[in-house]
Amino acid sequence: MSDIFKTLQNRILVLDGAMGTMLQRYNFSEEDYRGERFKNYPSPLKGNNDLLSITQPHAIAEVHRKYFEAGADIVETNTFSGTTIGMADYNMEDLVYELNFESAKIAKQVANEFTKANPEKPRFVAGSIGPTNRTASLSPDVNRPEYRAVTFEELRIAYKQQTEALLDGGADILLVETIFDTLNAKAALFAIDEVQEERNIQAPIMVSGTITDASGRTLSGQTVEAFLTSISHIPLLSVGFNCALGADLLQPYLQRLSHETEFFTSAHPNAGLPNAFGEYDQSPKQMQQLIENYLKDGLVNIIGGCCGTTPEHIKAIAEVAAKYKPRKTVIPA
Amino acid sequence: MCMDKKTRYLKLSGLEPLIVTPESNFINVGERTNVTGSRKFLRLIKEEKFEEALDVARDQVEGGAQIIDVNMDEGMLDGKQAMVTFLNLIASEPDIARLPIMIDSSKWEIIEAGLQVVQGKSVVNSISLKEGEAEFIRQAKLVKRYGAAVIVMAFDEDGQADTYERRIEICERSYKILVDVVGFPPEDIIFDPNIFPVATGMDEHRLNALDFFNATKWIRENLPYANVSGGVSNVSFSFRGNNVVREAINSAFLYHAIQHGMTIGIVNPTMLEVYDEIPKDLLEHVEDVLFDRRDDATERLLDFAETVKGDKKEDAAKVLEWRNESLQERITHSLVKGIDTFIIEDVEQARQESEKPIEVIEGHLMIGMNVVGDLFGSGKMFLPQVVKSARVMKKAVAYLQPFIEAEKDGKQEFAGRVLLATVKGDVHDIGKNIVSVVLGCNNYEIIDLGVMVPPEKIIETAIKENVDIIGLSGLITPSLDEMVYVSKEMEKKNIAVPLLIGGATTSRAHSAVKIAPNYSNTVVHVNDASRAVTIVGNLLQRDNKVYKAQIRNEYDKFREQFLKRGKQKDYCTIEDARKRKFKIDWDTVEIVKPNHLGIQVIDTFDIKKLEPYIDWSPFFRSWDLHGKYPDILTEDIVGEQASELFKDAKALLQRIFDEKLLSAKAVFGLFPANTIHDDDIEVAIEDCHAELDSVSNQTPTTKYKFLTLRQQLDKREGLPNYALADFIAPKDTGKQDYIGCFCVSTGFGTSELAAEFEKNHDDYNAIMIKALADRLAEAFAEYLHKEVRTNYWGYASEENLSNEELIAESYKGIRPAPGYPACPDHLEKKTIWKLLNVKQNIGVELTDNLAMWPAASVSGYYFGNKEARYFGLGKITQDQLKDYAKRRGISNEEARKWLRPNLVE
Repeated sequence: MSDIFKTLQNRILVLDGAMGTMLQRYNFSEEDYRGERFKNYPSPLKGNNDLLSITQPHAIAEVHRKYFEAGADIVETNTFSGTTIGMADYNMEDLVYELNFESAKIAKQVANEFTKANPEKPRFVAGSIGPTNRTASLSPDVNRPEYRAVTFEELRIAYKQQTEALLDGGADILLVETIFDTLNAKAALFAIDEVQEERNIQAPIMVSGTITDASGRTLSGQTVEAFLTSISHIPLLSVGFNCALGADLLQPYLQRLSHETEFFTSAHPNAGLPNAFGEYDQSPKQMQQLIENYLKDGLVNIIGGCCGTTPEHIKAIAEVAAKYKPRKTVIPA
Repeated sequence: MCMDKKTRYLKLSGLEPLIVTPESNFINVGERTNVTGSRKFLRLIKEEKFEEALDVARDQVEGGAQIIDVNMDEGMLDGKQAMVTFLNLIASEPDIARLPIMIDSSKWEIIEAGLQVVQGKSVVNSISLKEGEAEFIRQAKLVKRYGAAVIVMAFDEDGQADTYERRIEICERSYKILVDVVGFPPEDIIFDPNIFPVATGMDEHRLNALDFFNATKWIRENLPYANVSGGVSNVSFSFRGNNVVREAINSAFLYHAIQHGMTIGIVNPTMLEVYDEIPKDLLEHVEDVLFDRRDDATERLLDFAETVKGDKKEDAAKVLEWRNESLQERITHSLVKGIDTFIIEDVEQARQESEKPIEVIEGHLMIGMNVVGDLFGSGKMFLPQVVKSARVMKKAVAYLQPFIEAEKDGKQEFAGRVLLATVKGDVHDIGKNIVSVVLGCNNYEIIDLGVMVPPEKIIETAIKENVDIIGLSGLITPSLDEMVYVSKEMEKKNIAVPLLIGGATTSRAHSAVKIAPNYSNTVVHVNDASRAVTIVGNLLQRDNKVYKAQIRNEYDKFREQFLKRGKQKDYCTIEDARKRKFKIDWDTVEIVKPNHLGIQVIDTFDIKKLEPYIDWSPFFRSWDLHGKYPDILTEDIVGEQASELFKDAKALLQRIFDEKLLSAKAVFGLFPANTIHDDDIEVAIEDCHAELDSVSNQTPTTKYKFLTLRQQLDKREGLPNYALADFIAPKDTGKQDYIGCFCVSTGFGTSELAAEFEKNHDDYNAIMIKALADRLAEAFAEYLHKEVRTNYWGYASEENLSNEELIAESYKGIRPAPGYPACPDHLEKKTIWKLLNVKQNIGVELTDNLAMWPAASVSGYYFGNKEARYFGLGKITQDQLKDYAKRRGISNEEARKWLRPNLVE
């Protein structure tokens, strides 16, 4: 823990890019997703990317390796949907612990290889904790605004299990990310805090919200400042934004966040906005220029990429990040 | 390194943040959404009238509350369930949810249930050491983990703190446990050192207020970063029933509590007198009690209280007591209370005492009107009261006018000159007249050009009269374009005064996106009359550059965001939209042939019959009083004003009935019709416009076409893209279907009456008569629709609905009106006018921009199919526009002009 805090005082850390974009390149079939173990599984499994940590562990390790080679300091585990709530779509709730454990283990092994080869540049694993596919403070049914498809308690239980497995598998950091609904994130933080107390540990926690559009608010309607106020009750390593917007559109919100918080800040924007075919076509060079604007203004401590970004993007980002000093923060007592 | 000190402020959030800094004014917590404090709210929750319960919350937001307290502690309620449901509902109302929530309960399980459903940082109200340290620590830890701030009551194992020493002892102990053991952020701690009633007559209560003040001071000085809060109305509990004294105690207490460091308070704004306005003798008695300054303080206040009982059973002598005050006091009193009985007499005395008559206006009357302005500005007076004040003012000025004119250099000094106009083609002026009155009250000279004012006249007058501000108003959608046009013309003519935009269809978005870019000077959208005074005041102050730049900046930003946003919606082509039309199974659905086909005219109608059909809620809204009728009459904040207004409205209504001041006319018709080419409705009518009972197939007929517009928003699979044509059977089904249309008016006589009132300087009734005529027209439309459903068409002859159900539109079939969301196309009115021969039959005319004249008129169609429903067209794209222009036989340009507000751009 003190390791990463210390490193962050001295330089900007680079987070990896998209896992999904990389996995698409493998063109895995239904059979590949199933592997030997789930050959006869009753429901279709294609698209369950988290499952690949079990059925295609080499591919996952390879993606992590590519990002570390590109210059990333932190890689995210392949566990974005790894809760009982997310896995319910595939009837794989029972597999959640194993998925998270294995994913963390794979990432940690690769990280250790790189740290060993270059101890000057220690590598870290962030356990990815996604938003789930349900919102705790919005009703999916316009005619029943009081209805909720998921409760705080259900989320807390699911996140707690994911947290425990990620830590057991070797994650150095817990990354609560792509927060559409702050109440979901609060349930995750609640669960993490319980685990911290039970295990008597302080895990570095990264929190990353999502500003959905030019309204400058989260999907659940909060402004940047309201979001920050709502998640600052637990000591965090960093707070930041990711997904939905490209680096340019995200900048004003990052600026406001950076101004308001005493935590370290992070950003992992998309490679621009998707084109008409849903593809991201911002080049590494273009993204590098936009990220350089963050660095010039001293807005971030941790920088990486979300949808559409590749090792080439991360390489470009790492190059430019090395040239700038990290954002200054007021150190909590 | 230590943490930056400036960040250790209490921070809360809803959808937006709230930060309590030393510069913040006192934070006031809305307390009406509390079942223990509001009987009305309890009833709404019990009856599950959640929408109205949300209105209670919304009223508090609008009333300036910065935190909303929610309490469901009532024996007959499932408190947990009620808390969760209500907080979930608040979450779906962005205008309420922007505020932080105070989760208020004496039961921990209710608090925890509440904490689990709010995304923002809330305040828990409250926890305490009552059940011992272990439970206190457990709850505090959870509060922290849920990310909330907390109110800590000065309460421990031995009971509630009721002395200074006990208060500080418990607060200090709680603080130490929270900060040292739990690790609770000290800035998130709010102490409630117990506000107890004063002047109870019991000796042990004599220090209740003083101890609270001192404990508050001690906490603020000794427990770093902690805040202090309390429920204020409790302090005056022993004076229940004597509101004058209660309000005085509450406000004096609050004033001193804030001086001693209280930062947050649960306050009922209607139970609060302005500290400075508490009569000096009463204040002295109250403060004697609060500070325990005399042994007989309580007795003296009780005795004094007997003389100032503020209830309504005052005898006539007392009512007129104010007549013994000084001349200025009397004039101010008349203006503030809107009493015109004595104003001439008082003004005459003032004139004799002054050197020049003009000094009465600039002195006596303006002093009084400034009081009105301040009270209104601070939310202590409501719009109808202000309009009544204006009536008194006008009377006084009219009386003085001849004297002033007799003098040579007597000219009134105004704060500024404001031109107001309802734009060309529009006849609606209620809102504009209210703004005119309110500004008039604040010493602005108003040049009101009336309705249907062409741009040339606005510009010419602006130049000739050298006005300081121009205000444009309008209600119908084509007026939006007219305003854009006026702004461009103003720019061309180098007019350089601020432009105010107001009226029901105007919006900040439209002003920012369509008007502001055309005009170099300031453009401001004024959404209600009460804001007009502040805005005009700011715009006309000498050093207004900053304010103007700020507005410009705000609008630029807003426009930028708005334009970005607009691009993100997806639309489908008109062909695809037609494929996704709303499908009725014409083989099985029942089509009822009307009992009476053809056109009917109602020329003489007893307008009195309409009274029960009046929907009163919009009437109150036109006076800026928000709430549902009849609850609004008993509502805490505006109830009294609403009742007063209602009484006056009923009186005028009675005059309308008795003296037959207004006449009601209607024309309507029911015709065979079928949909053709998806979106058009073909109507067959006999060649002559005679009133016939039926149409036989052999008679030669003329065909008319209603053109409907179709939704194009790319919706989720399975959701239809509606057009009104979907509710009529297509011709190719071979089924004969029917449609109706109508025009009603109750506006004949309105403008004459209004003019007469205005002549008598009675703006209040001039506005009132128009508002009532509007309501009567709607009521007539409702009445006629019922007659059509149950009799003339007769498809719902069994219908038996109450008036409330009628207003809630619980019946079968719809009566959409051109110019409204389902068919925003005003040109359809022309077809209705031709079809029904409206002008000849009842005399209602259409203006250039197709507003109806008289204004109190309603026109529309009747659709009888049980599947017919209201919907909003939303935006349409260029392909439908072109298709529509072709069908209408007009140029694309002209079509664009009429449909602009609905075009995707």
